[in-house]
Amino acid sequence: MLAVFSALMVITSKNPVFSVIWLILVFFSISGHYLLFNAQFLAIVNIIVYAGAIMVLFLYVLMLLDLKKETEPQKNHWIKIAGAVAGGCLLLVLVAALKKADNINNIVATREGDIGLIQNLGKLLFNEYVVPFEISSILFLSAMVGAMVIGKKE
Amino acid sequence: MPINYYIFLSIALFCIGIVGVLTRRNAIIIFMCIEIMLNAVNLLLVAFSKMHHLKNVAANASAGSEGQLFVFFIMVVAAAEVSVGLSIIVMMYRNIHSVDINFLNRLKH
Repeated sequence: MLAVFSALMVITSKNPVFSVIWLILVFFSISGHYLLFNAQFLAIVNIIVYAGAIMVLFLYVLMLLDLKKETEPQKNHWIKIAGAVAGGCLLLVLVAALKKADNINNIVATREGDIGLIQNLGKLLFNEYVVPFEISSILFLSAMVGAMVIGKKE
Repeated sequence: MPINYYIFLSIALFCIGIVGVLTRRNAIIIFMCIEIMLNAVNLLLVAFSKMHHLKNVAANASAGSEGQLFVFFIMVVAAAEVSVGLSIIVMMYRNIHSVDINFLNRLKH
């Protein structure tokens, strides 16, 4: 599928700017999957937050550091092979562990159900989960303060 | 479509993210592969929330909403983490003028 191919291109691009472009494609394809689940709020938030803000931050940092081409000396060819083998082993183990589960063959209908609509999610968020919501605002405040303290020029 | 397909897709994306973190030397690309892993987990959570909703829709009209709310909070944490991580990378570049992670062996000496 498109998501897997784009993710593969992210990790195998020499130029970092190409990796950012493929990562934007990964985010758009995953938002498409969310739309297939009728999770409209999450699809739009995914595009706005990830492909909008976080990727723009990455591009700012890439342009600030002015990286044109990644320098990759030839001696760690074995490291690349070892990393790919390790990831492939993890993939095989996980797939083999979950292939024989025969009570999860449920059919997931894709366009019905209204739990993804923003008014229902908002009702739930502000009635029952208001404490994590406020705590996440404190988290954002601390992250902002941390980022500014780390990035200060002396 | 059965949920097995979404489990395998999420596993494939997660393992591609792990291979990317282990293999690449540029610190920024390693950071992007962490975002791939987070997105794979988000996809799996949304798929399971839909499955739970369809199983319990007769009993409770909003049975599977917790999964999607958890995905929302994961996105919140990922956004905060990206800002702090990128500021650390910028500070690292300011000190050693490279984003190669192999240069960080110098802490050994």
